[in-house]
Amino acid sequence: MIEISGVSYRIGGARILDGINLTLPKGGISALIGPNGAGKSTLLSLIARLMPHQTGTITVDNLVVGACPNNTFARKLAILPQASDAAPLLSVRELVGFGRYPYHKGRPSAEDHAKVERALATFGLTDLAARRLDTLSGGQRQRAQVAMTYAQDTDYILLDEPLNNLDIAASRSLMRVLRDLAASQGRTIVIVLHDINYAAAYADLIVAMKGGRIVATGTPDDIVTEAVVREVFETDPKIHRIDGKVIIEV
Amino acid sequence: MICLALVLTLVLLCITSLFVGVADLSPAAILSDPAALDLIWTSRGPRTVAVVITGGALAVSGTIMQMIVRNRFVEPMTAGTGQGAALGILLVTLFTPSLPILMKMALATTVALATSTVFLFIVNRLPPTQPMLVPLVGLIYGGIIGAGVLFVAYQADLLQYIDIWMNGEFSGVLQGRYELLWIAAGVAALSYLAADQFAIIGMGRTASVNLGLNYTQVVVVGLLSISVVTALTVVTVGMIPFVGLVVPNIVSRLSGDNLRATLPMTAVSGAALVLASDIVGRLIRYPFEIAVGSVFGVLGAAVFLWLLYAPRRHA
Ligand SMILES: Nc1ncnc2c1ncn2[C@@H]1O[C@H](COP(=O)(O)OP(=O)(O)OP(=O)(O)O)[C@@H](O)[C@H]1O
Ligand SMILES: [Mg+2]
Repeated sequence: MIEISGVSYRIGGARILDGINLTLPKGGISALIGPNGAGKSTLLSLIARLMPHQTGTITVDNLVVGACPNNTFARKLAILPQASDAAPLLSVRELVGFGRYPYHKGRPSAEDHAKVERALATFGLTDLAARRLDTLSGGQRQRAQVAMTYAQDTDYILLDEPLNNLDIAASRSLMRVLRDLAASQGRTIVIVLHDINYAAAYADLIVAMKGGRIVATGTPDDIVTEAVVREVFETDPKIHRIDGKVIIEV
Repeated sequence: MICLALVLTLVLLCITSLFVGVADLSPAAILSDPAALDLIWTSRGPRTVAVVITGGALAVSGTIMQMIVRNRFVEPMTAGTGQGAALGILLVTLFTPSLPILMKMALATTVALATSTVFLFIVNRLPPTQPMLVPLVGLIYGGIIGAGVLFVAYQADLLQYIDIWMNGEFSGVLQGRYELLWIAAGVAALSYLAADQFAIIGMGRTASVNLGLNYTQVVVVGLLSISVVTALTVVTVGMIPFVGLVVPNIVSRLSGDNLRATLPMTAVSGAALVLASDIVGRLIRYPFEIAVGSVFGVLGAAVFLWLLYAPRRHA
C-alpha cells in the first residue's frame, strides 16, 4: 500500500502539488490521468524518492520514503521515468542487466542472468538483445527501458507514460503483462496514462489529477464519464459503453 | 577477440620499447652482456613500466571523469585536476619541503580533489542542453589554475620544476624515480571494482537513485581515484593531455559503456597508444626525443578521426 499524506511541492513560488492525500491499495493497477502539467510526474518522482519531498509523508508498505535506505527501497519499488536521458551506449541486454544491480551489486549470479533473459523474452526483445540502444527505434528503446524496470523485480512498479512510442501491439502486450503481474503475483502497478481508453480497460483504480490536486478517484466506471472528463481535461468527448466496456471518442 | 589482439599488441610494444634508445641494445646481448641487463633493469624497464601504467591509469581516469560529469569531452588533465595536482605539489614544495614523499602526495591529491570538486559544482550549474560548454569551461578553469601555478612558481623561482610537471615525458624515468606510479596502477585497478557503479552514474542521477545507488558516494570515490592517479602522474612524469580524452572515446565508440566489460580494454588501449607514442617519439629524431604528449596528440587524433569517419559497424 502506498500512503501519501499532506504532500505539497513547490518550485520557486509555483505550487506544483497542493496537499495531496492518497492511498493506493496493494496489488492491482492504479492509473494516474490528468492534463499536461497536472503534476503526475512530480508525484511519481516523489513516491520514488527521485527528489526529496518538502512537506507531508509518503510510505510504501512499511518503508518511509526518504528515511529508508536507498538500496532496500530499490528492491521494493522501481520507476520508469517519463523523459529518459539520452540513450546510454549499451546493448539491450546490458541495459536490462542493470535492472538487477540492486540485487547483485556488480556480481551477477546465474539467477540474475536468467531474470534478464526472462525480461527480454517478456517484451519481445530477445532478437534485439545484442543490439546497441542507439541503433534502435524509439519504441524498441522504450521497450528496453520497460524491460529494465521489469527486471528489477519489485513489488511496486511506477511507470510514467510507458506507452510513449509503442505501437498498438506493444502497448496491449505491455498492459497485459502488467495486468498479469498484478493479478498472479500481487504486484502493485502505478502508471501514468494519457490514453483514457487504456486506463479504462486495464486499471483497477483511476486517479485524476489537475493543477496539482487530486480531483477524482474511483473505478473506471466512476471516473470515465463525460462529466469527469470535462472537468479534468476541459474537453468534451463522447463516451460510449459497448459490451460493458467504456470507450472514449477521439 | 579484440581484447586478445590488444594485449598482444601491448606485449609487442613493450618488447620493442626495451630495445629502442640511445644506447645500442640487441636482444642477443641480454644473454651475454651483463651491462645490457643492467640497462634494462635500471632504465628501459622502468621507463616501459612507467609508460604502461601512465597510459592505462590515465585512460581509466578519463572514463571515470566522463561518467561523473556525463560529458564525453572532458578529462582530468585539461579540466582542473592536473593543474590542481601541480598546484598542490608546488605548495608542498614551497611550504613543507621536508615532509615524507607519501605525505606530500597526499596533500597534492587533496588539492587535486578540491579543484575537481569545484569543477563538478560549476558543471552542475551549466545548462544540460549545451554539452559543449562543459569542456570549454573545463579548459578555461584548468587554464586559470595553471596560470596561478605558473605565477606562484615564477615568484618563488621554481619555474624549472613547473616545466617538469606541466610537460609530461618519460626520458627522466629511472629505477628509483618512478615507483610511486605503482600506487596509481593500484588505484586504477581498484576502481574496476566499482565499474558497475560508475556505469550507472553515467546514466544519470535518476537512474542511479532508482537502482539504489548512493550517488554522492560513488561520485566522491570516482573523484578520489581520478585525483590520486592524476597527482601521482603529474609528480612522476608530468601532465600528459588527451590520453584520458581520446582513449575512452575510442573504446566507447567501439564497445559501448558497459564499463565492467570495457574498462580493461580501455586500460590496455591507453597503455598501448601511449607506449607507441613514446617509442615513436624516441625514434623520429633519433638520438633526440620528442615529448610523448606531442606524439600522442597526433597519433590519438588520427585514430579518433579514422574511427569517426570509418564506416559504422552494427554489432
Ligand atoms: N523545474 C521546474 N521549474 C518550474 N516548474 C516546473 C519544473 N518542473 C516541473 N514544473 C511544473 O510543474 C508542473 C507539473 O509538472 P509534471 O511534470 O509533474 O506534470 P505532468 O502531469 O507529468 O505533465 P505531462 O502530462 O505533460 O507529463 C508543470 O506545470 C510544470 O511546468
Ligand atoms: Mg509527466
